[in-house]
Parts: sequence; structure tokens; C-alpha cells
Amino acid sequence: MLELTDVTVAFDGAVAVDGVDLAVADGDVLAVLGPSGCGKSTLLRAVAGLEPAVGTIAWDGVDLAGTPTHRRGFALMFQDGQLFDHLTVARNVGYALRLRGADRRTVRREVDDLLELVGLGGYAERLPRTLSGGERQRVALARSLAARPRLLLLDEPLSALDASLRVRLAADLRRILTEAGTTALFVTHDQSEAFAVADRIAVMRGGRVVQEGPAAELWRAPVDAPAARSLGYSVVLDGDAATLVARAASVPLEPGGQLAVRSSGIRALPADGADGGGAANGAGGVVGVGGGSLPGTVRSVRLGPDGLRLDVDVDGAGRLAALADAATEPAPGDRVRLHVDAGACAALPPRGAGRWT
Amino acid sequence: MSAARSRGRVRGHVGYAVLALVPVAVVSVFFVLPVGAMLHRGLWPEGSFDPGAVLDVLRRPRTGRVVWFTLWTSTVATTVAVLLGLPAAYVLHRLRFPGRSVVRAALLVPFVLPTVVVGLAVRELIAPSGVLGFLDLDGTAVAIIIGLVFFNVSVVIRTVGVAWESLDRRPAEAAAALGATPWQVFRTVTLPALRPAVVSAASVVFLFCATAFGVVLVLGGVRYASVETEIYLLTADLLDLPAAAALSLVQMLAVVCLLVVVGRLRAVPDPTVRRVVAPAARPRWRDTPAVVVTLMTLAAVALPILALVVGSLRRDGGWSLDHYRALGGSADGLFEVPVSDALAASLRIAVDATWLSLSLGLVVAFVVTRRVRSLVGRRVRAVLDGFFMLPLGVSAVTLGFGFLIALDQPPLDLRASPMLVPIAQALVALPIVVRLLVPVLAGIDDRQRQAAASLGAGPVRTLLTVDLAVVWRPLLAAAGFAFAVSLGEFGATSFIVRPSEPTLPVVIYRLLGHPGALNHGTALAASVVLASVTAAVILVVERLRVPGTGAW
Repeated sequence: MLELTDVTVAFDGAVAVDGVDLAVADGDVLAVLGPSGCGKSTLLRAVAGLEPAVGTIAWDGVDLAGTPTHRRGFALMFQDGQLFDHLTVARNVGYALRLRGADRRTVRREVDDLLELVGLGGYAERLPRTLSGGERQRVALARSLAARPRLLLLDEPLSALDASLRVRLAADLRRILTEAGTTALFVTHDQSEAFAVADRIAVMRGGRVVQEGPAAELWRAPVDAPAARSLGYSVVLDGDAATLVARAASVPLEPGGQLAVRSSGIRALPADGADGGGAANGAGGVVGVGGGSLPGTVRSVRLGPDGLRLDVDVDGAGRLAALADAATEPAPGDRVRLHVDAGACAALPPRGAGRWT
Repeated sequence: MSAARSRGRVRGHVGYAVLALVPVAVVSVFFVLPVGAMLHRGLWPEGSFDPGAVLDVLRRPRTGRVVWFTLWTSTVATTVAVLLGLPAAYVLHRLRFPGRSVVRAALLVPFVLPTVVVGLAVRELIAPSGVLGFLDLDGTAVAIIIGLVFFNVSVVIRTVGVAWESLDRRPAEAAAALGATPWQVFRTVTLPALRPAVVSAASVVFLFCATAFGVVLVLGGVRYASVETEIYLLTADLLDLPAAAALSLVQMLAVVCLLVVVGRLRAVPDPTVRRVVAPAARPRWRDTPAVVVTLMTLAAVALPILALVVGSLRRDGGWSLDHYRALGGSADGLFEVPVSDALAASLRIAVDATWLSLSLGLVVAFVVTRRVRSLVGRRVRAVLDGFFMLPLGVSAVTLGFGFLIALDQPPLDLRASPMLVPIAQALVALPIVVRLLVPVLAGIDDRQRQAAASLGAGPVRTLLTVDLAVVWRPLLAAAGFAFAVSLGEFGATSFIVRPSEPTLPVVIYRLLGHPGALNHGTALAASVVLASVTAAVILVVERLRVPGTGAW
């Protein structure tokens, strides 16, 4: 298992990684999630032994400080693959095997197996430049796996790909890692990628890890507003808006606390819709009754991949984004009721309680 | 609309053709014609084709010895230069340490030092009275190899260094992360990536070694001759033109073969170039061997120059400036032209040669880097590219002698023209100028030009905003190189320069031919002056270099 204790990396005085403590258990996949420039790639490179770090980076209790990259047994997969352009796909994948002096037949067999595993059977003799971005990344993954690493380090492996490919490859990556039982440390700026691939997630910001835990736990309970945003919450409310929306969703909220809401959790229904009763109510009335819905006025309507996206001026709570069924045909100026799903809300501790506001 | 468009395209083709014709004409008249005339004299001695004479020459035992000597000394010198140059290229282009740019520039100087000066400097070092006199190398083949390595190691350092500097660090890191030791990383990732640069460097060095003139002439004495000095001897002293033409032919064929082989070797599976200048790293303990070799190379380059400077300051066992004083006048009356006059002539000629080769090189670079879409266009461009590199492979002596015999009758009677020497020198410098400009021009993303055009810039305006903005620095650098090459050019110049108006290298060589300690000392002093001027020019050039370019 990998253990980082108080790891710090500084370049000419600028601190890129600042006192990070992390652990990855055998067979686990840990995603380090953070915006670009937060130091996550530097952390990864430090684990690989490519950047000089202060603090302890240990594997199974053994400090790796004096161990050069090639003896660590950690394979690093780069954002753009870094395939060796002068070698064929097969020779790229078989690289680590040849380094260990495996005989030709073994190399051939393992390479074929790995190419099958990543879904690229029959690509052995191609040159890297003839491959698409997604294929290159699959080859890079196969090449890393061929090294039988104790730990696989993945540096934004899917970021260079387009959105739909990213989703597909993320699922493949998860399958391949779990099938092989690989321990992996994986950095990304994309929360959907992190949730799709990792068991545990560490949120990093400004060189520090601000929250770490099982993916499901972080999904439910981000530690603060920026963490909530990087974990996929679309908006963080405070003040009256937070109180109002929390009450509508029946989520307990400390006084002064913030409420993070996922846009997928807010649905707009016509004000005079199916469950009717509230149509005639005044603004305060509905909320006061605690019926779980917020009245408001539609400001604009756009089409989105998962339905209509409304910008709604909620009475007493300001603007909120909501989804609506296309069949309801809302138009700007229409009155709607917003239904807030408690599962899409996270109550954050009051401002100032965390390190970051 | 399509009519207008095709009219525009035709106009574009015509413009391209006219532009391409200018350098083609110049190179044809001033290169192909003289060299052809020289070959013609040899192969058609009595006005009829007589290859028998040529074959006879090739059967002479002396010819065999000369060819063999040229081959083995060039091979050894190339090998040594590559072995010394690789570690230095790494240290000077991948590591970060104080004084790096000074060392880099210092190691660039030998390449532009006039060959006569290099020969003289090495001889000062190994002469019985020199620092390394005890090794008894004077007049041996080893002396020649030292001289060849001395001025070619900088070519290896520069060419490989530039490639190394723009080598992405990450593939090597990926290999290390896959378990490759530093040596395995070097062998399997770094070396394959550097191979084109190493092959180019080695081939250019071999070419320079095999056609070296001044160094062999000064160091070889009467015992050793290379193909190049033999051609000189046969034409200038023995007037045996068929023999000289035969050797020229052999040399040209060898060069063409070499270029073809090199083209094959340079071909890599993936030719795309990624020019990212990798940040230099702090030296680590495992870099020690490379650093030691670099320091040795530096010392080896500095020693002959020091010997030269010291020699120029010593007279009758004491320190003296007499040799420098003698530069101003014709001290013993043994040489007709004061060295200061020769320096002035050299500078004047160099200025002319520089603007000639620069304007020619610029046109050539534009022509060979223009995007062409048709297959025929690409073929034509490839042929032009090779055509303009011809002067690189043909002996300067052949060129000089060809000038003498081809440009002496109307309408091309240029013997009296003050432009004759500059033209010859410009042609010698042309391949270097083109090699410096082409990568930069080729590296301009065509979309930049398209963006300029889409914003309403006409072709000329586009050229000014996009191309000129990028090319001015390498253009100045190329000017510096052309200037330095012209200052040191000796092979062709020695044939065509007017006796009353010699250039500095010619005067130095004449001084060496006269006996007397003062003459020898004055030659040393003149060499120091010439070396200082070229070194100064090159140090300025180094500051103008675009990182990631400037290789062969």
C-alpha cells in the first residue's frame, strides 16, 4: 500500500504540493480531483520519483526517498500517452517485458492478451501516429499494465479525448483496473471521470488535500463550497436562499450554513400542474406549508441533453437553474413550481468552519 | 469566380517559378558552369571524350593512397568528433549551470575559425617546441586528425545539442516509469529520437573532413595529401587537369553516395517534428562522466588556441608585441601586402559575400519551404532542395579552379571583377544560410498566414507580419555565419583572389611559405586577429539563435 506523509514539492520557492497525507490500499483506485494548477500532477510525478519531494513517500512501509523511478515499480501513464513514436504498438506494449528480458514468445503472447484486454486486438503492427486519440490512450494503458506495476499512476488519462469517448473509456478503464486488481492513483480535473473510475477520491486545492474519502461519501457530503463545485454540485446557496431551498427539500441546515445543489435535482413543474392544489397560492404560502416546492417565474428556456434547462427567478431565493420535461412547454414569464430532491442537496457547515471559504 | 481563382493560381505559379529561377540561375552560372568546365577539361582533354586518361589516373598508386588516406582519416576524425560531441551536447543543452551560454559559444568558435588558422594553431601545439611537442606528433596523420576533430566537434555539439534540447522529456520519463534504467532509457528512447541528428551531424562532419583543405595543407606537409589537397596540387602546381578532374569526379560521386545513404539512415518511422524546448535540469551525480568529457573537450579546443596566442606573443624566448607591430607594414619586405590591408580586403569581401549569400539563401529558403499540394510540385521542390545543397559537397578547390577557367571569356569575363571572390564565397556559405533559415520558415504554421489573409492582409503584408517577424533573428544569425565563413574561406579564394589584393587567410598561408621566425610569428599574430574577428561575430550570432533550431 502507498502512504504519503506530509509530502511537499517546491520549485524554486513556489510550493506546488503542500504537506499532503494520503494512502492507497492494495487493489484500490484513488482519484485526486482538483482544478488545473492545483498541484495534483506534481504530486503524481513526485510519487513516480520524477520530482524531488520533501516528506515521506512509502510503499508497504518502505520509504522510497532513495529509489529512482525505474526501481519503484510504479508505471506512469501520461495525459497524452507518450507512446514511443518510433516503435510499433506491439513494441510499445512489450517494452517493459523486453526490459526484463522476457523471451520473444512470452512477450508476443502477453502483448496480444493486453491488446485484447484494451480492445485493440489486431493493432500490433500499427505505428502510434496512425492511431486516434482514444486508441493511443488504450495502447498507453496496455503498455503500463504490461509492466505489472505495484501501483499504476494515471495523469489525466482521458482529458485529451472528446466527451463521448471519455465516458466510454472511463467505464473501460474501471473494468480493466478492477479485473486486473490494479492499485491505482489517478489524477483528474473531471468529477464524472473520478466517480466513474475511482473507489476513493481526494479533493485537492492550492497544493493541499482538502477532503478525502470513499467516492459515495464525498458525493453526498462535500466539505466546503469549492469542494462541492469540483464534486459536481452546480450551485452553492447561502443566506435566505439556502434556508428556503433546504426547507423545501427537507434537508436540515445549520444556521448560517450553505447548501450545495446539483442542477439535476431541481425539477420545474407547471404552477397549475398535475397536483393542482397550490395553483392559487401566494408566494409565501407554498413554502410556509412545507409542501416541498418553490414557486418562481421562468426567465429563459434552453434545450439541454437531459431535457429543458430553465433559468428560474425563485420567489425569495433568487435565480436557480432547473430541469423541465419538454412536454410541459414552459415559456419565459410562466409561473412554475420547483421540486427539490433531497438527495441532490448537501448541507455545508457554516462559512469559516472550513479552511477555505 | 472560378476563372478569377484559376487566374490567381496561375499568377501564383508564375511568381513561384520566377522566384525559383533566380537562385537556380545563379547557382547554374556560378557553380554548375565552373565545376562543369573543370570536369570538361579533364574528361575531354583534346576536345574529344577520353575517359581513358581519367581511368589511368585512378590506377596510379598515389591516387589510391590519397583516396585511402582521405577515407580513413575522415572516418576516424568523424568517430572521435561524435564520441566527444555527444556528451558535450547533452551537458550544454540539457543541463543548467552558470556560464553555460559562454561555454556553448566558445565551443562554437572552432567551426568558423579559418581552416588555415586551425591548422596553424594545432601545429603550434604539437610542434617540437609546443606544449605537446614531447608526443612527437608533428607531421603525422594524428596531427591532421586532431585538426579535423578540433574544428568539427562543434558541428556535432550544435546539431545534436539542438535536437536534444527540443527533445520532450516525457517519453524518457514514461520509459523510466516502466522500469527502464537510465542506460536503457538512453538506448531505447533517447538515442532513437536523436538518431537523425546524430546521422546528419556525422555525415556533415565526414563531408567536411573529406573535403578539408586548409587543415590538411598546413598540417600534412609533404607527406600526407587528401583528395582535396591533391586536386589543388594537380591543378595549381602540376597543371595535370585530367588527373584533377578524375579526382573531382571521384569526390563528387562519393559525396552523392554519402548523401543518399544518409537520406536512408535519417528516415525514421515517424518523421513528425515536435519542437518543444525542454527546460534544462540541474546537473546530478550521474552526469559526472558527461561533464568530465565536456571539460576535456573544452580543454582540447582551448589548448590549440592558447598555443596560437602564446606563440604570437613570443619572440626570441621573451614576450613581445613585435609580431603584431609587423602586421601594419611589410616588415622584412618579404611579403608584398601589409596584413592590415589584407584584413580590410577580407572584411570588404565578406560584406559582399554576406549580402549575396543572404539574399540568395532567403529566396531559396522561401522556395523550398513553400507549401505545395501537387505531387509534381513536391518533386520539383525536392530536386531544388538538393540542387542548392550541391556546393556543400563539392570541393572548394574545384569550384575555385572552375571559376578560373570558366569565367574568363566574354560574356562571362569576371576575372577583373571585384565581385568574383565574394560570389565564390557566397556559394560556399549558401548551404549554411539555407540550413539555418529553412527549419524556421518551415516551422511557421501555415494557418498563421491564413489568419493574416482572412483579416485582410495581402500577400506582401502577410509576408511582413508573419514570416518576417519569425525569420529576422535567424536571418541575422545566418548573416553572421556567412560573414565568418567568408572571412575564413581559403580553398576557392586561393585560386581566384587577385595577387595584389589577397584576403587574410591567403596572406597567412603565404607568410607560412616564407622562411624566417618573424614571418612565422606574424602569421600567428594575423591568425589571432582573424580568429578574434570571427569569434566576435559568432558570439553575437549565438545570442540571436532561436532555441531549438540551427542544426544541420
